Parts: sequence; structure tokens; C-alpha cells
Amino acid sequence: MSAVIDSHAATGHDHHHGPAKGLSRWLLTTNHKDIGSMYLWFSFAMFLLGGSMAMVIRAELFQPGLQIVQPEFFNQMTTMHGLIMVFGAVMPAFVGLANWMIPLMIGAPDMALPRMNNFSFWLLPAAFGLLVSTLFMEGGGPNFGWTFYAPLSTTYAPESVTFFILAVHLMGISSIMGAINVVATILNLRAPGMTLMKMPLFVWTWLITGFLLIAVMPVLAGVVTMMLMDIHFGTSFFSAAGGGDPVLFQHVFWFFGHPEVYIMILPAFGAVSAIIPAFSRKPLFGYTSMVYATAAIAFLSFIVWAHHMFTVGIPLTGELFFMYATMLIAVPTGVKVFNWVSTMWQGSMTFEAPMLFSVAFVILFTIGGFSGLMLAIAPADFQYHDTYFVVAHFHYVLVPGAIFGIFASAYYWLPKWTGHMYDETLAKLHFWMSFVGMNLAFFPMHFVGLAGMPRRIPDYNMMFANFNMVSSIGAFMFGVTQLLFLFIVIKCILGGRPASAKPWDGAEGLEWSVPSPAPYHTFSTPPDMTDEHEHRAGPSHG
Amino acid sequence: MQRHPRVWMGILLWLMAGAVHADWTVNMTPGVTEVSRTVFDLHMTIFWICVVIGVLVFGVMFWSMLMHRRSTGQKPAHFHENTRVEILWTVIPLLILIGMAVPATRTLIHIYDTSEPELDIQVTGYQWKWHYKYLGQDVEFFSNLATPRAQIDNRAPKGEHYLLEVDEPLVIPVGTKVRFLITAADVIHSWAVPALAVKKDAIPGFVNESWTRIDEPGIYRGQCTELCGKDHGFMPVVVEVKSKEDFAVWLAERKEQALALKELTSKDWTMEELMARGEKAYQTACAACHMAGGEGLPPMFPALKGSPIAVGPVAEHIGIVVNGKPGTAMAAFGKQLSEVDIAAIITYERNAWGNNVGDMVTPKDVLTFKQAQE
Repeated sequence: MSAVIDSHAATGHDHHHGPAKGLSRWLLTTNHKDIGSMYLWFSFAMFLLGGSMAMVIRAELFQPGLQIVQPEFFNQMTTMHGLIMVFGAVMPAFVGLANWMIPLMIGAPDMALPRMNNFSFWLLPAAFGLLVSTLFMEGGGPNFGWTFYAPLSTTYAPESVTFFILAVHLMGISSIMGAINVVATILNLRAPGMTLMKMPLFVWTWLITGFLLIAVMPVLAGVVTMMLMDIHFGTSFFSAAGGGDPVLFQHVFWFFGHPEVYIMILPAFGAVSAIIPAFSRKPLFGYTSMVYATAAIAFLSFIVWAHHMFTVGIPLTGELFFMYATMLIAVPTGVKVFNWVSTMWQGSMTFEAPMLFSVAFVILFTIGGFSGLMLAIAPADFQYHDTYFVVAHFHYVLVPGAIFGIFASAYYWLPKWTGHMYDETLAKLHFWMSFVGMNLAFFPMHFVGLAGMPRRIPDYNMMFANFNMVSSIGAFMFGVTQLLFLFIVIKCILGGRPASAKPWDGAEGLEWSVPSPAPYHTFSTPPDMTDEHEHRAGPSHG
Repeated sequence: MQRHPRVWMGILLWLMAGAVHADWTVNMTPGVTEVSRTVFDLHMTIFWICVVIGVLVFGVMFWSMLMHRRSTGQKPAHFHENTRVEILWTVIPLLILIGMAVPATRTLIHIYDTSEPELDIQVTGYQWKWHYKYLGQDVEFFSNLATPRAQIDNRAPKGEHYLLEVDEPLVIPVGTKVRFLITAADVIHSWAVPALAVKKDAIPGFVNESWTRIDEPGIYRGQCTELCGKDHGFMPVVVEVKSKEDFAVWLAERKEQALALKELTSKDWTMEELMARGEKAYQTACAACHMAGGEGLPPMFPALKGSPIAVGPVAEHIGIVVNGKPGTAMAAFGKQLSEVDIAAIITYERNAWGNNVGDMVTPKDVLTFKQAQE
């Protein structure tokens, strides 16, 4: 294996150039590490932008009454917060991690389709530039919620909706290309001897995520195209007055939307499945069942969409089918949680920042899973539906799920990316502030939701006042804390204790066999994995 | 790591313990119907199942995090798979889920049984108010938010039922199976009252069914729960449940009022009367979009002050109010409002805020206009 580490230095592949100078390095790059970094920076910028919109929302909801913004603008904030966080922050962050890590994990020199990789990234700034610009247009930006139900988003939408549709198309094209690239890379560029069942789980979960994306992003493109036709070309897909069906919109949207939920969480499952064994110094428990559980979740994600629509009046048999199918998802998800806990059991644990975020991930994501199970019970959902209980639920799966998964990944691989160790004290502070802030913000939402507070309202009765104030305080705390993360990352890029090739003694995987920081070109000669045991990808101990 | 979440949980428990005050309500209401109590029981059952699973799983996890740390000199074990436990923890959750699905199915079948209602009420969602029609009774009315603007804008202290109060509540009799036929006139709304465990989307072009049978008289409050535009947060649902006798009296009164309104159409109106009635009706029916001062919120909601329609030919003005403007948020008010209110509103719009056209539209004019269309 050591021959691989410095292959391009020792064997003199001088046709390998370093990065280009200046702006063209970033504009024209086809290097998976550069593109990965751009994706991650873009995602963080969007995270701050979407986060500041959340701050506006929480500031308005700090007290009953209208203080800071008017309802029209409030609706634009909730809509844009959702769209930016889903499509701008979480999804690009995982594509960024995939770009950086998948070639390093499977021993590939780069992504399979490097030029398309560049294009799929640069579509994003265009898409979000377009989307955010709608806020400054006459009539304001999208104000119909991130789920943009017709006919509120068609007949009754502000004129800027056409720009929104185009922005969604661009994001969709970008995601589809990114997914094709990941799938092509994993299926074609694995090092010799790296069979599918030797792949790290992050690669596995991304492979499955890639297929989910390819399957459902065209459906999203379809639904926004139908909107466009309704708005500008006189069709009536979603207009009852013209013989159309507003509920059709919801079926098509959620056929995209539910797998989308798993698109945002499966890669985090994969990352956590690398980090927990590393800091428990013990192999992942039940690798095979983890792979099967991920596949089962992905399959089930296609047949549960109407649980978002329990109150639209679908027939009893439909209601029962979607209730049962949704409850079934708890089984493979439970298997994953049990496997993580068993991995920790009798390990030799330390709690550096990646592990802290991963442990919080398991606990808080499971709490989000519990409320998900409650929401699956259709009769009970008649009480929960469209209340803050739902808001609490999906923020529990997305913030400590997707976002904590991304933070854990960032801390885990920062030494590999920058060649420096990050400041562990500050990172722990970042974790605890995020942990407390996040729970303070989202836990009380369960209570106001159960008490009956609908979501997406700018003002509320006094009976919801106390918990809303607590939520807002928690949200401000969580929001401010993320500037600390920015500081930690910049500090780590600029300097810090040099990181060895494998800074975590329990870590496994090929990415730790290249120096830190990872050279601009890696694995120009693929490593040979033939002798590695299954389930234990990467060099064995020592 | 293992200490902090407990402290945090402790704070939460303390908050829950202090929840005697209504402002700290942490749970769903058991409600006032058989269905709502069954739903509440389902909710608590699944909640406690989750709590038990959580305590077990997190217990093992915290124990492990306490005992199996490198700082305690723990050497890592090397086990990494066991097919038997994988099967076990696939099958046990499956059995728990089946156990949960049985009562959920039973409840759902009961909730879906809308047969043999004793009273039918059509509920229609509008931006941003509810319309109730007692089928076969010739009684119908709109239900608008009654909270004064000053309370929303923090210029006056907020009342107990802030944002949960309406001018005309839905009135239904106690102990009667009431079926709701729920639909919408513009965008999707959702009619929800937690105390009844009823929540059903109001969808244009669809009629959804739901039902309730309430055990005790009282006033039960809910809100629209599907984002329906600007004033989504300002269209509450209030249900007033009366004894069967009181309900009969109320219904008779409403029928008389409906008759009286018809007579008003043929009455001779003066400008002052129309302006006074128009201002009031405008505030409830029009001001949400076109604003109290007629300045609107362009471009979605055009200004009426100085608008070509409000100062232009009368027929066009009556036409747009009666028939709406297709493809925009302007609804057809011809069926929503009485001839009297439409006439008053148009008169008001043509003569308020400096639109001093000076002409007057009478209820008879509106009726003539409508009849000419048919």
C-alpha cells in the first residue's frame, strides 16, 4: 500500500499539473477536490443565507403580534428558507463531500465525468442567483411554501414564480448531473479488487442516493413544468376550474418529495457509519445489514409519499396502505440505529468533535424518527398534520440529521483537506452551542404543535407565546454559533498542528493512505484491494 | 457528553412540571368527542412505546459511552456481526408496529364512516374566511376574523382569544352527528378544530367529507392549517356547540334574518345608508387585499383608490365584483355577498378615498345586473 501513497512523486508522473493560477482555477477546474471545495463553500454560504431567513422568522415569532415583518414577507421568508436549506445547503454539501471523498475512498484518480462535474457546480450559483433575485422583484419572491402547492403557486402566485420555476429547473439539472457522475464513478472507477461489498458505507449510501436523485429529480422538473404550462400556456393541470386537479400536484410533488427526504439523510448515514467506528476503535457492526437497510429505506421511500397528504381526502384503502408502508420504514431505520449502538458497545471511545456530532446525530435523529412514527399513524396525523409538531419532526431529522452529519464529516475530514488539525476546543464549543441551541429551538415546537399551533403563520394566540419565545432564543443561539464554525474552518485552513496522513488512530479507509493535505492528484495508479477482507475496506491496522 | 443532555432533560421536565399554566401546554387535547379521545389514546400509546424504546436504546448507548471509553482503559472488542441479533431487531420492531397498526386501523375506519348524518353543513374556504351553509335549511353565512387590527399591530392589548375569534361562529347542536362537506373557492385551505380531532383539506373542485358528534356544549377553536396566502394565519375556525333546543331557536332566528335580508334588496336606499353599510362590508370582504385605505398591495392586489375601474363605468365595476377576474386572486363575489352588500361596497369604493364619482349603486341595480347575465 505504501507504494500508492506517494505514487506520483516517486514514479515521476510529471504530466500531472498542479492547480491553475487565479480565477480560472475555479471557473474551469475539473479536479474533484477543487469542485468538492467549491460545493462545500457554496453550501455554507447558502446555509448562512437560509439561516438568516430563519432568524427573521424566529424574530417575528418571538412574541405574538406583528412586529418586524408583514405576513406577505413572512411567507416569502418561510418559503425561501426551506428552498435554500434543502436545495442550496444540504444537497450541495453532500455533493461536495461526495466529490472530495468518493474518489479518495474507492482509489479513483477523479470523478468519472470531470467536465460535467464543473458544469453541475456552476449551474448552482446561477440557479440561486435567480431564485434570490425574485425577492427584489415587484410583488416579491415565492410566498407559497417550499412545497409550493397549486393553485397557490400558479393562479395565485406572484409574477416572479416563473423565475422560481426556472431556478428549480437549473437546480434539478445540476443534481441529476451530479448524481450521474457519482453513480458512474462508483460503478466504474473502483480500485481493482474493491468489490461492492468492500466499499465504505459512505460510498454505498451515496450510490443509492444517486439512484434516488436520478429517479425523482425529473419528477420535480415535470411538476414545475406543468406549473409553467398552467401559468403561461393556458393548460389546467392543477386548476379545477379548467377540469384539472389540485391534488394531482401534491401526488407528483411528494413522489419527488419523499425520496428527497432520504436524499438528504442517506449520505449522512454513510458518514456517521465511518466516524462512529473510527472513534470507537472497533469495526462497524453489521456492515451487510447496513447496506440492505439503506436499500430497503430507499425502496420504501417510493411508496409512502401520500403520508404527507393524509388530510387531502384520499380513500380509506389508500390511507391504510400509506400508513402501513410508512410504519415499515421504522424497521430498517431501527436496524441502522441498533447497529450504530452495537458498534459503540465495548469500544474504546473518545469524543472528538466528529464523534460528538455523530453521537448527537444518532440520538436526535432517532427522536425525529419517533415523531415520524407518530406522524405515520394516520388518525393521529389528523391532529399533528400541518402543525408545529411536523416542523419539530422534520427539523429533528434535518438539523441533527443532515446538518450534524455534515459537521461531523467536515471535522473528520478537515485534516485531510487542509493538512492541519482544527482547534478541538473551539470545535467542542461549536458542538455544545449547536446542540443546546438546536434542542432549545426545536424541542418546544413539539409542544406548541400538539397544542394546535399551525405551521407557516406569522402570528399566534398567547397560549403559544412562552414556547415560541424559548424557540426563538434557541434559534438565535444556534444561528450565531455557526459563525464560530466559519472561524474554525478558516483558522484550520490558515494553520494549526500539522495533520498526519491518518490523524485518527481508529479510522479506516483508503483516504487515510494519502498524505494530508491530500495532493492535488491522488491514485493516478489505483491501489490493489484484492487482498483486503470484505466489510473492512482500507488498509488494516498499522 | 453524558452529563449535559441529562441536565437539559431536567430543565425540560421542570418546564413540563410547571405546565399547569395554559401557556405551557405540552400535549394534545383529549378533545370533546369519542373520536378525539380515541385519537388522543392512540397518540399517547405510540408516544409511550417510543419513550420505552428510547430509554432502552439510549440507555445502552449512554452506558456504553460511560463505561467503554478509552480514558477508562477499555480495550476495544472486535466483534462486528451477528446475524441472529440482526434478525431479532428486525422482527421485534415489526411486531410492535403490527400491534400499533391494529387500533390505528380500527380508528381510521371509524373516522371514515360519514354515513347517516343528522345535519349536513357545507364548509367552504375562501381567502381568508370560512363560509358555512346549512344544507336544506336556507341558512348560510361567512365567518371572519374578529380580532381588531389594533391588537395585531400591538396598538391595543391582546384579548384572551386573540386570532381565534370570529364574527359569526359555526353553530351546531350537541350530541348530533354532523357531517361537514368541505371545499374551497380559491386555493387550498384546511378546516381544523383540535378539540374535535377534525382536520380536512378544503380543495377547490373537490368535496371532502368529515364528521363529528360533540358531547358537551361549549366553544371550540381552531385555525386554517394549510398555507393559503397572505392571511393564512388570520382565518380561525370557531365552533359553538349549543343544546338541541337552543340550536333550534338559533336556526329559526337565522332563517328570519335571511328573509329580512331579501327584503332589504327591494328597499329604497340613500347614499348615506349605502356608504355606511359599504364601509363596514368593505372592511370584512375587501380590505384584506385592497387594504383599508384602498391603496392595495400592487402588483398582486391593485389599488382601488383612483383605479380606472372604481372611477370608470358602473357596469364594469359591478361586473368585476360580481364575476371576479379569472386568473387572478380577485374572487367572484356575486355568490359570496348579498346584493345589498355588493351595492354598498361598490358605492363605497366609488366615493371613498377621493374617488368622488358621486354615483350610487342600489341593490336593485346589482340584482338587475345578475339577472341580465343569467
